[in-house]
Amino acid sequence: MNKRKKKITPARAASGFVKYFSLTFFAFIALLPLVSVLITALKNNEEYASTNVMSLPSKINFANFADAFTTANMGRAFINSTIILVFVLLISTLLGTQIAYVLNRFKFKGNAAIRNLFLFATLIPGIAMQVSVYEIMTNLGLINKLYGYIILMCGTDVISIYVYLQYFENLPTSLDESGVIDGAGYFRIYRSILLPLLKPAIVTSCILKGVGTYNEYYCANLYLQDKKNYSTVATSLYTFVGPLGSQYNMICAGVIISLLPALIVFLVCQKQIYAGLTAGSVKG
Amino acid sequence: MEENIKKKLDLKTYFHTTKGRQLVTLICFSFVPLLLLIVFTYYPFVQMVGFSFFKMKYIGAKEFVGWKNFVKVFSEPEYFSSLKLSFFYMAGSLLQLAIALYLATILSFKVKGGNVFKGFMFFPFLINGIAVGFIFKFFFTRGFVFDTVLGWCGFDLENLPYWLRDQSINNWSLVGTSVWRYFGQNMVLFIGAIMSVDANLYEAAMLDGCNRFQQFIHIILPNIRTVLVLNVILSITGSLSAFEPPYVITSGANGTATYFVKMHEVAHTSQKVGQASAMAVVLLVIIIFATVLQKLFFKYAFKNVEDDSYSAKRRNRRRRAF
Repeated sequence: MNKRKKKITPARAASGFVKYFSLTFFAFIALLPLVSVLITALKNNEEYASTNVMSLPSKINFANFADAFTTANMGRAFINSTIILVFVLLISTLLGTQIAYVLNRFKFKGNAAIRNLFLFATLIPGIAMQVSVYEIMTNLGLINKLYGYIILMCGTDVISIYVYLQYFENLPTSLDESGVIDGAGYFRIYRSILLPLLKPAIVTSCILKGVGTYNEYYCANLYLQDKKNYSTVATSLYTFVGPLGSQYNMICAGVIISLLPALIVFLVCQKQIYAGLTAGSVKG
Repeated sequence: MEENIKKKLDLKTYFHTTKGRQLVTLICFSFVPLLLLIVFTYYPFVQMVGFSFFKMKYIGAKEFVGWKNFVKVFSEPEYFSSLKLSFFYMAGSLLQLAIALYLATILSFKVKGGNVFKGFMFFPFLINGIAVGFIFKFFFTRGFVFDTVLGWCGFDLENLPYWLRDQSINNWSLVGTSVWRYFGQNMVLFIGAIMSVDANLYEAAMLDGCNRFQQFIHIILPNIRTVLVLNVILSITGSLSAFEPPYVITSGANGTATYFVKMHEVAHTSQKVGQASAMAVVLLVIIIFATVLQKLFFKYAFKNVEDDSYSAKRRNRRRRAF
């Protein structure tokens, strides 16, 4: 018997039990719906019809994934989502860092007013506005165009501006001054000195914005109505609404396919995602 | 003529001064973001307020009706009762915050496999809304996942309600999906806040013989209350605009249509654009009101706390930012 070991009192044991019990319980709740979906996605039609949803498949079967992929035209959807993602991230990074640079480094009349304009915009729930945004999109001829949707997604990007603003606060202005002494213009200072230093903030806000854009379905559904050519991964799942609505083994496979990219990004970039959320929440 | 040339020269030299170059950069860098902000947020906002006084569809004639649309929002039970559903979501989000805070406290200290638990609980936040809709339609179907698990726990299927159809329970089912989706995200926020508390405080407390519960009450809670209060208020405004769970899971059938689902239906199915705009404006006024209250609350509630380093830091940061 090793007496030097920390004494395990009943109270300590109980609190340890409560701790791990709660963690396991909530992890179970978080995973249960996902695991059940995965189990069902692996069953063939017969087995799906004849067994309970929670019983494991006798043989692992990937046919549903192929079916779901072709039925919902997910190949096209993945291409569209990729195009949208690339452009939205590029444009919003460029615009976000530039406006944040100006707001943080320049003193001018109206600086506070512009900040407040952006701040107030975060209060307006996006869905409420779609009634009139829809009319604007129609008038500008942006409906059923990938670029129309991309422009809209860049135009409603306010949170990442806050991430950048916050990050700029921590970059000392002496950096800019040394640039000025070396004869660099403002654009040069932004491009060559500050932008490289902003990299962590850019990575963070791109991951958050990327996941958000990939998962966005309300505007995608409203403004990309031609589902055959312009569906995104999220809206391609709408294919399963209606007559296919009870073929859950195929639907579940579709669901799993649609969340795989998010899962991969999560596994690779966990730290940045957590950091980005925490930074974004302090926007006040 | 000569004066004109002089002016031009002045302008030219002006653009070479610090001020002038700043102005050029300013215009270049802020023109597009501001244009987008105006076109997609402020212009539609103003337009929407205008729409709310008309009886109109997307296409066709408009008819000015004054305050009639607004009166309807409050007088017709169809609209007003949907606002009452927010209370379900408010209750749900308070529960969600409590769970998140509890788990965040556990995970902020040394726990075996803490990161894995954190990851499992956070992941639902990253799933798109439509997928969540399918997952829970499947989950709550009669005799499927939820019923099976309850069966394991000894419940009889005969006694269980139809989770999405039974009007006495279906709103709670939907609130549950929302809690499922967001508690992990709240938890991550809280962990971030708890981690920013000075670790020396815990050590000091340990030396003074405080137990975990006392540490929670006297160290964690006071230090993270800014984040906590902020999230409580956000959850209230969020509940008013609850939309996704009923929209993707039940399409608002069987008495689950929240205010926003109703508004979406009025706007896009029956195309009563004026009425929908009035609904949006009413909600916006409520949200703005709540936000102003929040600002005042922060201003006065934390005014007298001098030694609270965390909120002081936050306030400073905010003062610098705005």
